[in-house]
Amino acid sequence: MKKISKNNLLLAWQKIDEKFDLFLPKSENGNVKFKNFEESGEVDLTTLKTSIPLKNFVFPQTETFLKFKTKDKKIKFDITSVSEDEYVIFGSRPCDIKSLEILDNIFLREPVDTYYKAHRDRAIIISLACKNPESSCFCGAFEIEPTSVNKATDISLIEAGDFYYWNTISEKGQKITELLKDVLEEVSSEDLVVLNIEKDRIKLELEKLPLNSLDLEKIDGDLQEIFDKEKVWKELSRRCLACGSCTYVCPTCHCYDVKDYAGNNAGERFRCWDSCMFSDFTLMAHGNPRTDQMQRVRQRFMHKLVYYPNNHEGTYSCVGCGRCIEKCPVHIDIVKVIKKLVVNK
Amino acid sequence: MACTCHEKDPLVPKIAKLEFVRRDTPDVTTFRIVSPEGEAPFEFKPGQCAMISVPPLGEAIFSITSSPTEEGYIECSIKKCGAVTDYLHTLEAGDEIGIRGPYGNNFPIEELKNKDLLFIGGGIGLAPLRSVINYVMDRRDEFGKVDIVYGARTPEDLVHPNDIYNVWPAEKNTDVYLTVDREAKNWNGNVGFVPNYVKELGFDTNKVALVCGPPIMIKYVLQGLEEIGFKKEQVYTTLELKMKCGFGKCGRCNIGDKYVCKDGPVFRCDEITELPDEY
Repeated sequence: MKKISKNNLLLAWQKIDEKFDLFLPKSENGNVKFKNFEESGEVDLTTLKTSIPLKNFVFPQTETFLKFKTKDKKIKFDITSVSEDEYVIFGSRPCDIKSLEILDNIFLREPVDTYYKAHRDRAIIISLACKNPESSCFCGAFEIEPTSVNKATDISLIEAGDFYYWNTISEKGQKITELLKDVLEEVSSEDLVVLNIEKDRIKLELEKLPLNSLDLEKIDGDLQEIFDKEKVWKELSRRCLACGSCTYVCPTCHCYDVKDYAGNNAGERFRCWDSCMFSDFTLMAHGNPRTDQMQRVRQRFMHKLVYYPNNHEGTYSCVGCGRCIEKCPVHIDIVKVIKKLVVNK
Repeated sequence: MACTCHEKDPLVPKIAKLEFVRRDTPDVTTFRIVSPEGEAPFEFKPGQCAMISVPPLGEAIFSITSSPTEEGYIECSIKKCGAVTDYLHTLEAGDEIGIRGPYGNNFPIEELKNKDLLFIGGGIGLAPLRSVINYVMDRRDEFGKVDIVYGARTPEDLVHPNDIYNVWPAEKNTDVYLTVDREAKNWNGNVGFVPNYVKELGFDTNKVALVCGPPIMIKYVLQGLEEIGFKKEQVYTTLELKMKCGFGKCGRCNIGDKYVCKDGPVFRCDEITELPDEY
């Protein structure tokens, strides 16, 4: 374990930026986004959630993977490649980092999505523990905590006093730690006391959060029974406007569309985020198996809370970040859905 | 630096060409597809699918209608019903398409061996069944009695006319029963919907049934088979949902815990009853 003085953060960022593409949470016009070190906006290490989740780095909102030319009914394909240059994300939260593990289960299983893998392999992720978890946070329900270290984390940081405590997790993280050896300081036994007090404080704060006691155990598995609660689903979904915001801001939603963009005899094939909230998502030539919004809302929650866990050893496809609750214009709330399904069981 | 691993990405199609184009009905055409070197674009099993692209219109997934025993090509029988299929119908031998696959599971050929088989198809639903039927015909001694019930709206809509009128009925221990929805000129065969025809024919239940057709036909055929004593474990069918990737990632064909593109399209009917009713 090392530590870095708050006064030295800028110097550390400069050193990282010399070697890697560095992304930091930056605030601009009230929005916090991961932006390049050089770009505009003020570094914001206080706001917990960026408006767009981490998934944009490994699964970009749109990505061209193929260029084509067509002439006289002959086709030429030109495959788009991905840079191998490493990039560093500084200050990502444990819930977002956990979402990468959930996406890995989809994109890295056979057949491997080579585009996702390339973006994933070149990422170096420095996590930042949440100092003050918010009342809308329910990461604890998914066994994630503000100080959690997930598999995808390369370095984890906890802020305490005048320092950030620096824990190198992986070989990739070691490269950054080496690079900053003149900036990082050794940790004393007094420091460890300060750090442990801070960890305990965060833990207590999490326990006090209103949603922390959310019990998911009871909605495990029983697919047909939960699916058949049509009256409950109608009530939960009746306000839905089908805007798709929940899926776009969700760090684990991964459904995508594949489209061709056409020019004259040439064009590009790209994939882009899509949403099971949209009526044309499952529309086919002979009709649509999901004809109303109730069915679409049910699909989204069933996928996150039942289908995904059934297929992935009980892991839920939700990390409790609360973005979907905050962004929903009509206050549809996954926490209410969970409570409703549990209570009605 | 940029890597070259993406050339093997499952979303990236290969170029293929049409060796042969045969108009089966006013809106169904069978395309024989080969690699630029004139070989089969990939190996597959009966029931599997291929994703065909025609840039800049996009991609669509189709079942393969030829049998793996026919080496050197794959065939798809495609109905005109959208932008991609409309364009495919303008293509001729020698034209190029993009192709990727094979996708999905397959009919359980090994389990069907030495058993009596009942194939029930409706309209373009004969396409995936033909792959199994031709497999069985090419290894005829390995399978028992074969009954094929096939129907379409009109006599002109019956696909693979040469197979249904000439090739299959001439095979040993094989019967073909054809039906059309309405009376028509030059039609002396049965008139009526496939589910009713199956019940009228009254097959003994010591068989495995393989069913494919429009969703409404499948639904009534399955009911009918149950009424005459077939158990769900004896019946296989295929499901269809919109697909974009073909290998269980894009999320479109998700029903319950399953993805039709990866865990299907072939399902044994007792598996289907465990799925939420959203297909």
